[in-house]
Amino acid sequence: MIRELNVSKITETVKSLCIEANENLGQDVLDGFQQALKNESSPVGREILEQLLENARIAREEKVPICQDTGLAVIFLEIGQEVHLTGGDLKEALNEGVRQGYGEGYLRKSSCHPFTRANTGDNTPAVIYIDIVPGDRVKLWVVPKGGGSENMSRLFMLPPSAGLAGIKEKVIQTVQEAGPNPCPPTIIGVGIGGTFEQAALQAKKALLRPLGSENPDPELDRIERELLESINRLGIGPQGLGGRTTSLSVHVRLLPCHIASLPLAVNVQCHASRHKEVIL
Amino acid sequence: MSETVNLTTPLSDEMVTSLRIGDKVFLSGVIYSARDAAHKRLIDLLDQGRPLPFDVQGQVIYYVGPSPAKPGRVIGAAGPTTSYRMDPYAPRLMELGLKGMIGKGKRASTVKEAMIKYKALYLGATGGAGALIARAIKAVEIIAYEELGPEAVRRMVVEDFPLVVINDTFGGDLYEEGVKAYRQEPILSM
Repeated sequence: MIRELNVSKITETVKSLCIEANENLGQDVLDGFQQALKNESSPVGREILEQLLENARIAREEKVPICQDTGLAVIFLEIGQEVHLTGGDLKEALNEGVRQGYGEGYLRKSSCHPFTRANTGDNTPAVIYIDIVPGDRVKLWVVPKGGGSENMSRLFMLPPSAGLAGIKEKVIQTVQEAGPNPCPPTIIGVGIGGTFEQAALQAKKALLRPLGSENPDPELDRIERELLESINRLGIGPQGLGGRTTSLSVHVRLLPCHIASLPLAVNVQCHASRHKEVIL
Repeated sequence: MSETVNLTTPLSDEMVTSLRIGDKVFLSGVIYSARDAAHKRLIDLLDQGRPLPFDVQGQVIYYVGPSPAKPGRVIGAAGPTTSYRMDPYAPRLMELGLKGMIGKGKRASTVKEAMIKYKALYLGATGGAGALIARAIKAVEIIAYEELGPEAVRRMVVEDFPLVVINDTFGGDLYEEGVKAYRQEPILSM
């Protein structure tokens, strides 16, 4: 049975999610700050964590963005194969939602031409990833992604001989080199395997998993905990001023890869980890 | 022992050389916003021998691209952006008398050397606390490059803007010193 869905509904949803994501930090991240406060022994680190909680409260209550970098609008869509989209061009509907959300929500427009640096003016084009899945629903995530943490992200095409040890070394090296720049405490998305571009996309998708949730794969879950512990021994701490909370969480996704390859992507996410999702 | 200091712009050599890394600063007075594109334009003007849109002597530049102000507000969210992107430009401005830079993240050795030579401070604001920091900004006026939108140069009046000295005029670096007390060797079972 085919279910019809007008794309105007998608525009409306994207618009409200852009605003909500930027003003309302997720409870999982707030809980992550609270948990970090319990573990953090650095006085300045604790002060920063308190500031981040206060900042999130102000943003929520006064309806201002958590961070002025309201990001490029990354949108993930899972479209059920029994859904028939009507009423226009889907991608244009998504971009229109971003245009309206960033305009009416007084969010910063951060999209520009790579050479001239001329701003596109409305934060389009959105960064859109579409997947077709079974069913008759549309699941939609809006993920405003800031530039500071994205700049500290890295991709490595490792030799297979590097193995798991080499993967861990590169993840830790990425966090170490980033230091204070990506606004720690960070969340680290790790994509292992696949092809060059798949690794990066897996790393970004890993950021969508709620903080504090377990990896469904027990081996990856163990690797995540081990990486987190090692990262937090670097001493970088909140804002890089020293402390035990450098990252709140490490999330790993894995795909099979070519027999010649071992791709690894590390997508760094600042503490303002913003993402909202709905099912239509 | 770090101290808490109230500072008002413009800053003098005496004021900036009295501070050390880790000191907490509440900054008040006029500051100027400029980030990537504005810095490029400022340096282009200097290369052409033309005047800057504001006199940097004794002033402080805040690396920020605020979100738009909602009606009835002075500014949107206004936290710092990552400073290293301004590293190629900063020494030139310090040479002209710039006394302070506000941002977040590490600076290049060329910038730290210029801070010693020309006596200037690098002050850290809390990255990602844009809603909180906006409360310290009392007035905003675009004075140049309005077409750059968030990257326009703004004259801002701030009151008790909470900052910490990251790099001082003696070569100190809080990012390096702060981490030392908390760094432990990694433990990885391979």
